[in-house]
Amino acid sequence: MTRSQAEKAADIEEAFSLFDNWEDRYQVLIDLGKMLPPMNASDKCDSNRVSGCQSNVWMVATLQDSPTGPVVVFSADSDASITRGLVSILWQVFSGQPVSDILEFDIDEFLDRLGLMSHLSMNRRNGLFSMVLRVKALAASAGVGA
Amino acid sequence: MSDVKHAHNLAYDVELIRADFPLLHTSVHGKPLVYLDNANTTQKPRKVIDALMEYYTTYNSNIHRASYSIAERSTHEFEQGRAKVKGFLNARGVEEIIFVRNATEGINLVAQSYGRTNVGEGDEIIISAMEHHANIVPWQMLCEEKGAVLKVIPVNDDGELLMEEYEKMLSERTKLVGIVHMSNALGTVNPVEEIIRLAHAHGVPVLVDGAQSAYHKVIDVQKMDCDFFVFSGHKLYGPTGIGVLYGKRELLEQMPPWMGGGDMIASVTFEKTIYNELPNKFEAGTPHIAGSIGLGAAIDYLNGVGMDRIAAYEHELMEYGKQVLTAVPGLRMIGTAKEKASVFSFVIKDIHALDLGTLLDTQGIAIRTGQHCAHPVMKRFGVEATGRASLACYNTKEEIDALARGLVRVSEILG
Ligand SMILES: Cc1ncc(COP(=O)(O)O)c(C=O)c1O
Repeated sequence: MTRSQAEKAADIEEAFSLFDNWEDRYQVLIDLGKMLPPMNASDKCDSNRVSGCQSNVWMVATLQDSPTGPVVVFSADSDASITRGLVSILWQVFSGQPVSDILEFDIDEFLDRLGLMSHLSMNRRNGLFSMVLRVKALAASAGVGA
Repeated sequence: MSDVKHAHNLAYDVELIRADFPLLHTSVHGKPLVYLDNANTTQKPRKVIDALMEYYTTYNSNIHRASYSIAERSTHEFEQGRAKVKGFLNARGVEEIIFVRNATEGINLVAQSYGRTNVGEGDEIIISAMEHHANIVPWQMLCEEKGAVLKVIPVNDDGELLMEEYEKMLSERTKLVGIVHMSNALGTVNPVEEIIRLAHAHGVPVLVDGAQSAYHKVIDVQKMDCDFFVFSGHKLYGPTGIGVLYGKRELLEQMPPWMGGGDMIASVTFEKTIYNELPNKFEAGTPHIAGSIGLGAAIDYLNGVGMDRIAAYEHELMEYGKQVLTAVPGLRMIGTAKEKASVFSFVIKDIHALDLGTLLDTQGIAIRTGQHCAHPVMKRFGVEATGRASLACYNTKEEIDALARGLVRVSEILG
């Protein structure tokens, strides 16, 4: 049984709550990054890049049918380990989840609760937001088609 | 107040110097700040902060146009700032010192004024493969406009210029050479005197980008014989927003103004405007008055310590740093020129520079990560980005040790 979005979010939150210093919290992020399924090397191309500069983020997202309705499935990666951890968080709470959950989930508030918002450099933040925008746009398009 | 007059005959006391820089006593993530991003910008001594404070709290007023006391004082202090820069660079006269916002603006001024009048179709401008974007893009823009050609002196694997290639490039088509004195990405100190001598043999003027050298070395523009020299105040322990273009008087006099407005004119009618004399011809509008005053205070500070002593101390730190950092497992130094100063640019194993910077920050260590506004040189060395630690007069061997320990720690975390 796959875990629901809410359960996954709770797991992540718990992992972060164990630590109050930044070195350890970055360690959590790095470990989360290692849990991200590998992305095809050929998908890491310019047209799939959602942000660049200090670190690159690539994403391929598709809308798929599932027995319970449409879900957004994506694979993504970053060349920097800490950014990959952030990508992994997004993957866990969004990929394979029902479009209604995706549209409802307040990712800003979630990252804020993890204490990550104030610590993300502009560069990383922009990359994550473009990812979120793409995922939400895909989810919304399913709503329109239905 | 600790504005110590650092006696020139005494040993260099870095703790006394550190006491003059309030920001160095901050902590980050509960750890004492280790500031090693000086090539980006340097911290300010109390003397500079006080000078800015005094200006704004006791005699703020516009310059060159009023007849009351505080305006006379601000005009005087502003021009004193220029006189101090003249002394610092050993220029022949204050009219050779043009205030701009930063090194970048200085280069753009030369490209737009000297360049647009003297460079034509098919002409050539020579720069090097280790330039900062500030000394690439303004020339590209000019070349594009004029149909001129940008030539690039290549570098060897240590990050040194191939001088034979440079010599071959010089020709009657060459209209200007723009060369970085000290590379921000590699630390290489280029043989500018030789570069200038060779260019002058072809009657070609040389612009030296001194953004990195001005705060590490004694600069003597007469001895160097450069035609233009630019630097930024904020890297020289002074305020942001003020920079300097030095130009030989003969050249500056021939050059048309770049921007028009108040202060740069002698008289204006709708039929004809007569431009002001040097240096005002190039300083349209209200300048950065506090900036000149603050930069002057920074120069006073550096003269008090002695640029020669700072250079010697930094050299010692550099040699120490080379040993300590090359011993860090997996570290590859980018830029290993024989003549090198104050910059350690490196990669460690396959660690991403952004991870490196972020994790070092948790230990209170500030370095620059990325491409250092020098994409072509990163490409030349086959690296996406590097970590860069850069030294200033207040850094210590202990800080270099902390960096080395930090790098080992980061390797462990990411390992
Ligand atoms: C070699 C070099 N040239 C030019 C610049 C540009 O300086 P600024 O941004 O202050 O104009 C820098 C700044 O990093 C530099 O290192």
